[in-house]
Amino acid sequence: MEKQKVLELSLIAAKMRRLIVDQVYAAASGHPGGSLSIADILTVLYWQELNIDPNEPKKADRDRVVLSKGHCSPGLYAALALRGYFPVEDLKGFRRIESYLSGHPDMNAVKGVDMSTGSLGQGFSAAVGMALAGKMDKKDYRVYAILGDGEIQEGQIWEAAMSAAHFKLDNLVAILDNNNLQISGDVDKVMSPYPIDQKFAAFGFEVIHIDGNDMNQIEAAFQKARTIKGKPTLILAKTVKGKGVSYMENNYNWHGAAPNKEQYEQAVQELDAEIARLEKEVAAQ
Amino acid sequence: MSELKKIATRQAYGEALKEFGADPRIVALDADLGKSTMSAIFAKEYPERYIDMGIAEANMAGVAAGLATTGKIVVIHSFAMFAPGRMYDQVRNSIVFPRLNVKIVGSHAGITVGQDGPTHQALEDISLTRALPGMVVLSPCDANETRLAVKAMLEHEGPCYMRTGRLAVEQITQDIPGYHFELGKGCTLRDGNDVTIVATGYMVAQALKAADALAQEGISARVIDIHTIKPLDEELLLKAARETGAIVTAEEHNIIGGLGSAVAEVLVENYPVPMERVGVRDTFGHSGEPAALVEHYHLTPADIAAAAKKAMSRK
Repeated sequence: MEKQKVLELSLIAAKMRRLIVDQVYAAASGHPGGSLSIADILTVLYWQELNIDPNEPKKADRDRVVLSKGHCSPGLYAALALRGYFPVEDLKGFRRIESYLSGHPDMNAVKGVDMSTGSLGQGFSAAVGMALAGKMDKKDYRVYAILGDGEIQEGQIWEAAMSAAHFKLDNLVAILDNNNLQISGDVDKVMSPYPIDQKFAAFGFEVIHIDGNDMNQIEAAFQKARTIKGKPTLILAKTVKGKGVSYMENNYNWHGAAPNKEQYEQAVQELDAEIARLEKEVAAQ
Repeated sequence: MSELKKIATRQAYGEALKEFGADPRIVALDADLGKSTMSAIFAKEYPERYIDMGIAEANMAGVAAGLATTGKIVVIHSFAMFAPGRMYDQVRNSIVFPRLNVKIVGSHAGITVGQDGPTHQALEDISLTRALPGMVVLSPCDANETRLAVKAMLEHEGPCYMRTGRLAVEQITQDIPGYHFELGKGCTLRDGNDVTIVATGYMVAQALKAADALAQEGISARVIDIHTIKPLDEELLLKAARETGAIVTAEEHNIIGGLGSAVAEVLVENYPVPMERVGVRDTFGHSGEPAALVEHYHLTPADIAAAAKKAMSRK
């Protein structure tokens, strides 16, 4: 990717992070850690990779995204709002009774949400179903499922993985947000799913290792996935939980907690400084 | 009672799915039990729209949801023990909450599964599915009704559950004058004034036999066949309560949460009358010949007739 493009995408991701923190602070609840860790992945997906039209969110031939780790809705909502599916202003209603933006994504309520998720392990199966439908109907759309590394402790994930390979779903890309933290601590200490790469490879996936907070590597992985034929792809994305907010980084306590006023102000200061820096750099190019 | 040969509702189901399965949007999934659930009959006719998902029910439910998001009418199959039992969270959160057009067909429901025993005798499937908002719950009683229920289920937009049985059962409804199938409407199979027997599935034939026995004693029993447990035909039930003053429910299911509970809820809130529930009384099943099990768990026409007399005595 050209440097200018990387800067532009980085700026979008920084704005997304600010909106993630805003939502969770306003709602006084939600999941900032895993939302911040996938902001770069969401940015490359929604601004580079996907064949989508925010004006026609249900278009039959669109690419699909399933946020299987549905608790990271603040990330998805921020991406959809910035991409033009609904007003950014609406994010203020996150988790409130009068809003359509529930704690977990609801496909019937939120424009751009392709599958209702929240109960871990289930979204991946739905993504397999979408990819299978694409094959049955001889359509070219692609399906992207975002999984958590804690989530893959669910047995259903491995049933889905088995079926994705069995049906040779090369139109399916799973992106695993490997920040190694889940709600009660380190993933490898709670219940280790490692070696993740060998397991998915054994289940019949092409596995691509990347730094999931590096725009160039994310884009290259999506490009490579398009060349893989006859089997699904797993992008094993090493990420930093809480990425972009210094005190949230690599701290499992920010899996599902909202910052207080003081913490929020610090996060805003850090993120706004990053946004200002990137805006300046983008303008200078 | 008809002299026609007995047919299991699962058999009638498989034939009906094939008969009404021409719509290219219909896709059938099974979890390695096609020869038992009878989805194999559809598979033979439409192999390109049949997918064996292996012994992985949770994933089957999720894949069905994903297929349905693209506009397909998806029918998934297993034993009622596993569909909805094994995949309940998936049915709730991936199918019914998003209102996706997925039909769940659980065969081998109830005690008449027989020799396979308690781990395979689903006695809670109606309770589980009935508790889900927006779910349609079907429990047809014979081959003719099953055929009509399959047609209605495929035409209905939204999630449905249908329970079918393993055991070959008598054919009843095709001989009953005025019998008409409509989703959400009960069928009065026999009129009567003294008591009403409300039955579903396998127990409908037993209810008719109970009504015959009661008639011998000069008791006029009405028999209502409830093939759609949700949405329940409240109007028909309240009319029966007003006109006969006593109700007996009969189901091959736990009395907790099933037809008996559903009917009781309607009566208690609107027009309470003496009521008795015939069903499996909050216990697991056992291996055995279906006929022996039906005796053991008190699901015979004699048990229904006794319950009817008890309800009448409380008027």
